[in-house]
Amino acid sequence: MNAGERVREAWRRDRVFEFMLPPPQFDLPVDTRHGPILYLEDVSVSFDGFKAINNLNLYIDDGELRCIIGPNGSGKTTMMDIITGKTRPDSGTVWFGQGIDLLKLREPTIARGIGRKFQKPTVFEQLTVFENLELAMASDKRVWPNLFFRLAAEQRARIDEVLELIRLQDQRSCLAGILSHGQKQWLEIGMLLMQNPRILLVDEPVAGMTGEETERTAELLTSLAGRHSVIVVEHDMAFVRSIARKVTVLHQGSVLAEGTMDQVQNDPRVIEVYLGE
Amino acid sequence: MLSHRLLTSDKGGALVLTLVALATILLPLLHLVLPADSPFHVSSYSVTLVGKFLCFALLALSVDLIWGYAGILSLGHGAFFALGGYAMGMYLMRQIGTRGVYGHAELADFMVILNWDNLPWYWQGFDMFWFTVLMVILAPALLALVFGWLAFRARVTGVYFAIITQALTFALMLAFFRNEMGFGGNNGLNDFKEILGFDITTRGVRASLFVASGIALMLGYLACRFIVTSRMGRVIISIRDAESRTRFSGYEVESYKLWLFVFSAVLAGIAGALYVPQVGIINPGEFSPLNSIETVVWVATGGRGTLYGAIVGAFAVNYTKTFFTTWSPETWLFVLGSLFVLVTLLLPKGIVGILDRLRGRKRK
Repeated sequence: MNAGERVREAWRRDRVFEFMLPPPQFDLPVDTRHGPILYLEDVSVSFDGFKAINNLNLYIDDGELRCIIGPNGSGKTTMMDIITGKTRPDSGTVWFGQGIDLLKLREPTIARGIGRKFQKPTVFEQLTVFENLELAMASDKRVWPNLFFRLAAEQRARIDEVLELIRLQDQRSCLAGILSHGQKQWLEIGMLLMQNPRILLVDEPVAGMTGEETERTAELLTSLAGRHSVIVVEHDMAFVRSIARKVTVLHQGSVLAEGTMDQVQNDPRVIEVYLGE
Repeated sequence: MLSHRLLTSDKGGALVLTLVALATILLPLLHLVLPADSPFHVSSYSVTLVGKFLCFALLALSVDLIWGYAGILSLGHGAFFALGGYAMGMYLMRQIGTRGVYGHAELADFMVILNWDNLPWYWQGFDMFWFTVLMVILAPALLALVFGWLAFRARVTGVYFAIITQALTFALMLAFFRNEMGFGGNNGLNDFKEILGFDITTRGVRASLFVASGIALMLGYLACRFIVTSRMGRVIISIRDAESRTRFSGYEVESYKLWLFVFSAVLAGIAGALYVPQVGIINPGEFSPLNSIETVVWVATGGRGTLYGAIVGAFAVNYTKTFFTTWSPETWLFVLGSLFVLVTLLLPKGIVGILDRLRGRKRK
């Protein structure tokens, strides 16, 4: 846009400046009249000429559990970065429901509607398990209210509930740093639950877990679908098979195939790039 | 509840605070009440010396708050200390009145030498004590706000942040050295006569300044304790340990850092304002980068991230400094350097860490 166009744009008669628009309402019911809660359309991003995401189109329905698979470098993590506001795409649109344009928002604001679990479990190691959950809890996150914050009874009850769900009641006063790898993964999932977002982005939730832990994680994630939309990125095919209703295969930054696990596994293109290895 | 949270939940902190409180009461008493030939008499030299250390301890506390808890290493905190000191110095200059060498009612001596006719606009209002107090708080706060806003918004962290804070204090030092700046240039502000109408050289005023510094240190410590034990404090620790996780949990990381940085700058400014009337001079040397680095050494030596460790460190290192600079001045910088290296290599938790370890061994 050259300078002349920019001036004309600013002086348009029906111009509504962004600062005059109401702030995004993550707390109100999200408008999902048309089905999907998350829209990614024609999204592209490149780093130093390498197209990490190339014309990606992805729709996530409200309450669905979606698994995303793809070989290394297929753009899974970049896609999560775009949804959570860490990376800005070069082109394309990302909408949360009908009304919220995620590309205009920063990470902390987006976090009110979308929670993210990192690939490497990231918890606050110098704080106790209880404090980790308390920090993640959905509440006023500005500075002053937190300086004088006091935990209400129902908030404490909610933390206890989640502690039970992630089976860390006995470790509630332990520093999170001394937990095992699997327990940290669970704690991070628990933190997402405290955040209570509409969409959960879960990156490799069962990496480093034992068979039994994996099974329980599968159970937990399936039980969350419905109330939340859950997007799981995972390498472990057995795990994906055990939870997935719908699978999306990414390859070179765009969607290669989408469907049930069986459909996807029998797709010749998928076999060629990924499963057939 | 609150007293447990601030005091008794941290034994080391409670002990150090008690010692500070005792010193604040006893030293001025022993100085004022006992006759000079009594063995328990505290000389005015000692009162001023310990008074200075109290101010340094408050400065160390402010550095520990952002370095120990938020992981922001500022190598320019001396700048905020000096700004608070200059604000107080300007008040003390205005109090001199006609008693200066040139006897001008409004202008300070250095302004007369520079042939200035009027008081510069930024010297207006400093004849009033309340205005000065306001400026002691606002000047460091404003600098920290603007500087922090630019740095944190651009996500400048770690070593890069440390370097630009160092540059900030160096740039301010060069600026304050210039006579045209109107802060007395090389000589700074000195030759103070009175504060709040009292002669600044009397024993009573000396003792009062000492008590004020002690109270400021204790209140500063309690304020810092309140912050780090609140939910906000836990957010700050989280930012130090996992910044992006905190951001994705919905916290505006930049606002938290900025808030804490401004608060810490205000503490440093107050420390500077109490320091200046006790030493009787403020000059651009206070902005020197070395001062800020020394402050970081105090905190590291005492024990980073404990608050009371900063107080212990400020006293320990400064006593050592006083000892070395009277006994063999040229070795001090070598001692300081080796102290920092040794502490970093051998005592990552500082003096406080040794005490903790000893206590642990005794229990076994």
